[in-house]
Amino acid sequence: MNSFPISDYLAVAIFVFCLAATVGGALLAVLTARIIRSVCGLMICCIGLAGLYYFLHSPFLALMEILIYVGAVCVTIVFAVMLAEPDEPAREERSGAAILWGTVALTVGAAICWGLSRLSLQGQWTAPAAKVTDGSVKAIGVSLLTTYSMAFELISLVLLVAIIGALVIARTGRSKA
Amino acid sequence: MSLSELLRMLVYVVGVMAFVGLNAAYLVLAERKGAGRFQRRPGPTEVGYAGWLQPVADGVKLLCKQLIVPPGADAALFRLAPLLVMIPAMMSLAVIPFSETLVGRNINVGLVFVFAFGAINVMAVMLSGWASRNKYAIISAARVVSQDVAYEIPMLLVVITMLMATGTMNLHEIVQQQAGWFWHWNLFRLDLNPLMPVTFIIFFTCMLAETNRAPFDMAEAESELVAGAFTEYAGMGFGVFFMAEYANIVVGCAMTTLLFLGGWQSPFGVGSGVIWFLLKMYAVVFTVIWVRWTFPRTQFYNLLNLSWKILIPLSLFTLILTAVMMKVLRA
Repeated sequence: MNSFPISDYLAVAIFVFCLAATVGGALLAVLTARIIRSVCGLMICCIGLAGLYYFLHSPFLALMEILIYVGAVCVTIVFAVMLAEPDEPAREERSGAAILWGTVALTVGAAICWGLSRLSLQGQWTAPAAKVTDGSVKAIGVSLLTTYSMAFELISLVLLVAIIGALVIARTGRSKA
Repeated sequence: MSLSELLRMLVYVVGVMAFVGLNAAYLVLAERKGAGRFQRRPGPTEVGYAGWLQPVADGVKLLCKQLIVPPGADAALFRLAPLLVMIPAMMSLAVIPFSETLVGRNINVGLVFVFAFGAINVMAVMLSGWASRNKYAIISAARVVSQDVAYEIPMLLVVITMLMATGTMNLHEIVQQQAGWFWHWNLFRLDLNPLMPVTFIIFFTCMLAETNRAPFDMAEAESELVAGAFTEYAGMGFGVFFMAEYANIVVGCAMTTLLFLGGWQSPFGVGSGVIWFLLKMYAVVFTVIWVRWTFPRTQFYNLLNLSWKILIPLSLFTLILTAVMMKVLRA
């Protein structure tokens, strides 16, 4: 195949774009004062992540990321925001408690970030000899129902608990009213 | 990636953009002409021969208008929303096979691709409503979410049914399986699932609801909510939403054609090609227009009841029935 010289740069450019979307979206999600913009940041972050999955040869996972996280999770969050909160920037909290908790959160966050970075940079990672799966739908399905069936069932159990919890909260809220 | 591949990509990108633009322009004309005929009046006739240049006049008018961001609106989101609604519709067209060879990119998960990008549409319409800071727009945004969430479930259940029946997510292969006479189309494959026509009707109904078309046009209920989520958009901002609506209709009708009506396959077993795909797709598009001008808008509660109490149980039933049929007949 006569490779076109610019094609490598194109791939790099798209990779950088996905990376920027992931990081920028994540930063937007935590730094903005308006909650609706945070959700937008989350959405951009998820789209960037989907792009990164695509680069890792998992188109199905990338599409599921968009379908579930952008199409369902973000929409649900925004819906909850619309029902609950008026669209006003939150007041700046400058009390002592806020600064204290902020410091604690920052310290813990920095520690986790440092630990993860250290692990990923200095850990003894061995590349698998062959590609584990081809990332196809069939491979994902087979591994979900054989190797990882326990985790798969446990996740559905967690979701069941969440649904029942939501029902219980909604029920008691209704009877009190 | 070779130079020819790059050129092919470029041609397809330009092609899809031109197709979306022209298609939106002339579907608006078709819609207005159709509406006129259904109401026993001629529709637009003044610009060009029998009104054929009306879309050009509309386009120039929209382009000349000032783009206004209302005070108090969230300017960044307000400007972002039209982009978010347009891009997914165009992305979806990249994987839809118009014929055996005419396809932007034939990927193995094409079916999921279209529905994944379709899901972004809800978010975009909702953001436009929210960012406008307008009562009507916000009411409309809340309606859009509850409607689209409700109708996405039966639609995806139908898609899973079709996925089980065809055994592939590749749109190309799904069409190839329907080769031959018209009774090989998935719509008439009663051996896969005796309720296939019902499945088709569920899919079509959900498609109407997902594209916010009457009788499900809660997002843009002109008589109650001015123009719904798009109330504050002027000029081409509104135009982009309009184009995206028609692009989404085309994507939805194309999916209906691919999944149920045999895609580019000719109904008589010979002479398959892009012409059949376009004929079928535009027949479905015409039905969409026909439905809009025939049925009145439903009430909001009826609309949600239809989805949660009828369509979801029914589509679950067809899903289980397909699974049972597969186990009994093919095992």
